[in-house]
Amino acid sequence: MDWAGTIVQGLLLGGFYALYGIGLSLIFGVMRLVNLAHGDLIVCAAYLSLVLIEVTGLPPLLTLAIVIPVMFGLGVLLQRGVLNRVLGSGPMPPLLITFGISIMIQNGLLLTFTADTQRLPAGSLETASVPIGGLATVGVLPLLNMAIAILAIIGLQQFMGRTDLGRAFRATSDDPTTAELMGIDSRQIYGLAMGASLALIAVAGILLGMRTTFGPSDGPARLIYAFEAVIIGGLGSLWGTFAGGLLLGVAQSIGAAINPGWFQLAGHILALLVLAIRPTGLFARTRDL
Amino acid sequence: MLVVDSIEVFYGEFQALFGVSIEVAEGETVAIIGANGAGKTTLLRTIAGVLRPRSGQVRYRGMRIDGRPAYAVTRLGVAMVPEGRKIFPSLSVRENLLIGRQSRRKGPWSLERVFDLFPVLRERADFPGIDLSGGQQQMLAIGRALMSNPDLILMDEISLGLAPVIVRELYETVQEITRAGTTVVIVEQDVTRSLQVADRVYCLLEGEVSLSGRPADVSREQISLAYFGV
Ligand SMILES: Nc1ncnc2c1ncn2[C@@H]1O[C@H](COP(=O)(O)OP(=O)(O)OP(=O)(O)O)[C@@H](O)[C@H]1O
Ligand SMILES: [Mg+2]
Repeated sequence: MDWAGTIVQGLLLGGFYALYGIGLSLIFGVMRLVNLAHGDLIVCAAYLSLVLIEVTGLPPLLTLAIVIPVMFGLGVLLQRGVLNRVLGSGPMPPLLITFGISIMIQNGLLLTFTADTQRLPAGSLETASVPIGGLATVGVLPLLNMAIAILAIIGLQQFMGRTDLGRAFRATSDDPTTAELMGIDSRQIYGLAMGASLALIAVAGILLGMRTTFGPSDGPARLIYAFEAVIIGGLGSLWGTFAGGLLLGVAQSIGAAINPGWFQLAGHILALLVLAIRPTGLFARTRDL
Repeated sequence: MLVVDSIEVFYGEFQALFGVSIEVAEGETVAIIGANGAGKTTLLRTIAGVLRPRSGQVRYRGMRIDGRPAYAVTRLGVAMVPEGRKIFPSLSVRENLLIGRQSRRKGPWSLERVFDLFPVLRERADFPGIDLSGGQQQMLAIGRALMSNPDLILMDEISLGLAPVIVRELYETVQEITRAGTTVVIVEQDVTRSLQVADRVYCLLEGEVSLSGRPADVSREQISLAYFGV
């Protein structure tokens, strides 16, 4: 087995999971909401890009400029129009609603686009790669994704730590009732958080769609990868989730190298091991968002 | 400035306030006293918009504010120093204070001025807010409320669990705040302390106003009867 190559490929794949996971833990962190439609929304972003490419002829990367704001707006609408109404009535109603949205998206995509798998036509980018240190060649797309994941984390940290709105996010996460008493409209914060989450996963959804195929029923698997990235890395730390995503990718990649059928299994086993040995995750910080 | 007009407030089926009415004039300091469970916190939380009265009204400067969300009431200039201080644990002392700016109100209060009022907060500005001592956390909670540049400030049991010297210090700053023209409603179980600073006092007993008047006009016996009901 080419260990170096396998691990590099795993890390790059993990960059996508990191973005999925950051999106998921962002909304869990701010409003303790588990979005079961998270994976389907990732797939949704890829289809949105596909439609744009077919209608406008734009190259896939440029569709990001449209899909990111659209997904952001969709997140705000979803939160303010639907999810905000059931917050505060226990964990069950939001779970049921996002589960329902997940099923609606899957069926909507199936009806509109059939069960055929799709791929975003990336042209030469699809296979473009650069050699790294003579060990392995790596694709330009996953590198781009990795760069975006890292920039997103740095950007989120700066935002959370240095801006009034970012502090309002953290205060709301700590204690929404007291935050409201300080003049913070928590529902607006929740809307923005969901918007930011969907904007992040739009990036991952489109970049991954240029590299591998996707279909209407791929959402749940991606939700699980997002969960596993968060479980491995630990809630409450963006870099932890990032590292969790990378480790998940490496585990899957090594599993697949040993036996192609072990791709998913290896990732699940790693996540279960972490749950059993260190339930808070490998890099969890005790006090933080 | 503030009129609470016969409000009835419930937690589910449990009624906590029965036709409570109070009035607060601009520039006044009003104390609300009462035993454990009398409904003091419930009254403050209803004024602040956290709870909604099932009937009755809350008016602030002639506007009805019952039914408005808490953040909107805060932005109108009503700040709360909540029971239990409620410092944001993941925010530093400075960041806790800066949260006060979320009221989006202009006024005299700034980080520097709060630091001048409570110098110890300046020294510990970059520590997590919850690493402070109880008294310092209470200063932080008051400073955070001031940062919103309120016209009316609601304080819920700022003396709770604190040593007498610290309580005296806190009450001196309360008087500084009132001297600067801010209207204050102060909830206390510590009757003596609150009567020293109050222009007027209301006593709550089991969800009803059992006494109201000027501290000079009410006798110890009247207060004791209104407070304990016996
Ligand atoms: N969240 C709640 N759910 C149900 N009942 C509540 C709730 N909060 C308060 N109560 C009840 O309402 C009544 C008034 O409570 P409140 O907290 O307003 O009293 P208080 O005068 O502030 O008391 P303390 O001096 O102990 O703070 C009490 O009987 C209390 O048990
Ligand atoms: Mg109370």
